Amino acid sequence: MKTYRNHKTQQLGKALEEHQERRLEEMSEEELFSPAQFDRTAAERGGYSNYSYWGSTLRSFLKNKVAVFFLCVVALTLLFTFIQPLLPGQRDPNLVNYNENGSFVMNLPPCEEYWFGTNSIGQDLWARIWSGTRTSLFIGFSVACVEAILGILVGTLWGYVRKLDFVFTELYNVFDNVPQTLVLILISYILKPGVSTIIFALCLTGWLQTARFIRNQIVIIRDRDYNLASRCLGTPTFRLVMRNLLPYLVSVITLRMALAIPTAIGNEVFVTYIGIGLPSEIPSLGNLIQVGRELMKVPALRYQLFFPVTVLAIITISFYVIGNAFADAADPKNHI
Amino acid sequence: MAKYIIKRLVRSLITLFIIITIVFSLLRLMPIEGYFNNFDKLTETQIQVKLNSLGLNDPLPVQLLHFYQGVFQGDLGTSNKYREGADNLHIILEKIPISLTLGLIALAIALVVGLPLGILMARSSRTRWKIGDRLGTVLVVLIQAVPAAVYHILIQFFGSEYLNFPMLFSQGKAISWVLPIFSLSLGNIAYYAMWLRRYMVDEANKDYIRLARAKGVPGSAISRRHIFRNAMVPLIQYLPNSILFTLMGSLYVESLYSVPGMGGLLVNVIKVQDNTLVQALVLIYAAISILGLLLGDILMAILDPRISFSKKEGAR
Repeated sequence: MKTYRNHKTQQLGKALEEHQERRLEEMSEEELFSPAQFDRTAAERGGYSNYSYWGSTLRSFLKNKVAVFFLCVVALTLLFTFIQPLLPGQRDPNLVNYNENGSFVMNLPPCEEYWFGTNSIGQDLWARIWSGTRTSLFIGFSVACVEAILGILVGTLWGYVRKLDFVFTELYNVFDNVPQTLVLILISYILKPGVSTIIFALCLTGWLQTARFIRNQIVIIRDRDYNLASRCLGTPTFRLVMRNLLPYLVSVITLRMALAIPTAIGNEVFVTYIGIGLPSEIPSLGNLIQVGRELMKVPALRYQLFFPVTVLAIITISFYVIGNAFADAADPKNHI
Repeated sequence: MAKYIIKRLVRSLITLFIIITIVFSLLRLMPIEGYFNNFDKLTETQIQVKLNSLGLNDPLPVQLLHFYQGVFQGDLGTSNKYREGADNLHIILEKIPISLTLGLIALAIALVVGLPLGILMARSSRTRWKIGDRLGTVLVVLIQAVPAAVYHILIQFFGSEYLNFPMLFSQGKAISWVLPIFSLSLGNIAYYAMWLRRYMVDEANKDYIRLARAKGVPGSAISRRHIFRNAMVPLIQYLPNSILFTLMGSLYVESLYSVPGMGGLLVNVIKVQDNTLVQALVLIYAAISILGLLLGDILMAILDPRISFSKKEGAR
């Protein structure tokens, strides 16, 4: 941070010097030696800074080498999940593979033909893992988006409007105590299992925490002096929320969003674990891990657990680190 | 203070009532097939007889009334599916001690390891290379970011494969307790270490600490007497919850090591639609978490005299 500040100071100093030198060249000898007139506009002229919030955020984010590394990992993984089905020689994740004798290639350990081996009914684990990663990431992103939108909307209302605070708090206490498992199981009874059902179910229970979190933050800053001043000057509430409150929360909101993605992926594993997850025709990291877990007792088949677990761990750790680094970078206190 | 506690308790009771009502209605939305083992083979009359005997044909308010009558007489009903005819309270009381013992040992270990780790990280963050802080952060990030389901599996796998710990839990054998307790404590270690570090670093930047340093108070005394004590206040609030939550057990750990505790009970009974047992469990769980919050607030107010609940301050 200090080097950045020094760099900025030098930059400004140099600009000022150049400006003065140019002025010197323009002026004649006579002008230079006559007393200066009082100039109202010159008195108003202040220092100039080319500070841009997002530029500085990006710059301090890029300084964090570990975070950049994980960002690359996530970007590559994301890209690869989309490219993978288009590559030549890839198998369908649900295709049952047969060998020359006509029986299916069952539980084949990783080899040249099947990079991650095959599962108990001869499906290619490599294809299944990438397809599963795609599903899991999709679930993660969708849930995080819905959570952010609902959470910010309700959280802002809850925190900013005093009359609603009591009502919302009591509602929160009630809904927070209805067991998540019960809601998940009920939904899986009512709707048929599938990606959209899981997303719906996870959104239904997840946004409460986000709303609560945003509310707490809003309560802390809503009566700061600059907001009081804005209110006294008659700023409309909507503008106050958009321009005064929410920008202040950018860093914490992005942190929560980034953490919501691994949480949603982890919850998908949980949902599969209690037996109401996706059917096996739609591979996801959750049901791949579930299958692998059941086979853990057989040493030769452990690869079926380790590959999905590794991919899952890499993805969740990456999001966690990126989220934390970005939150630090987005905090203007860390900029100059 | 007393007035505040009474007010909170009354409000908690109302909240509890609403929660039970909601869960009660949600449970009645479940398909009736779930109540029978052999639904297809039964005739219409047989089905009706069974539903009648479960009291499911009464209107919802009547069912709710019956339930509350039972609760006030200390009777949480009898299980009708999970263990037919057994007293719900009996089932729960039989399982609680196991989860509680495991959980409390794990929590104690988490505090013993997590708090010093947090202090170490906070103190190391002021040194030049921050080695302790960085290593600790890596550990915390690993535990927090990897889903619990995954690291529990890995611990069981490596522990039983290479360290020769028993793979399953058995109550008499102390050595079989090691892996489950280790798994259970990891999450709390990361939680307490991370937050204690955060609060201590924040506290260390305050002016009164700077003054103490300028006065020449030794660093260890500042850490112990000023920073640590102030940083613990928000964590203390979470402690009663931590203790009470051990009653609920852990779904993953208990099913991985087949511990006969509370962990998987709620999920299992929801799945087999044992309504009376689900209601009993939800009632207990909700009461636990509300009580935990209340105890946390009271404890915090006792420890830190600056916090007061009797008059409203700050945000209006």
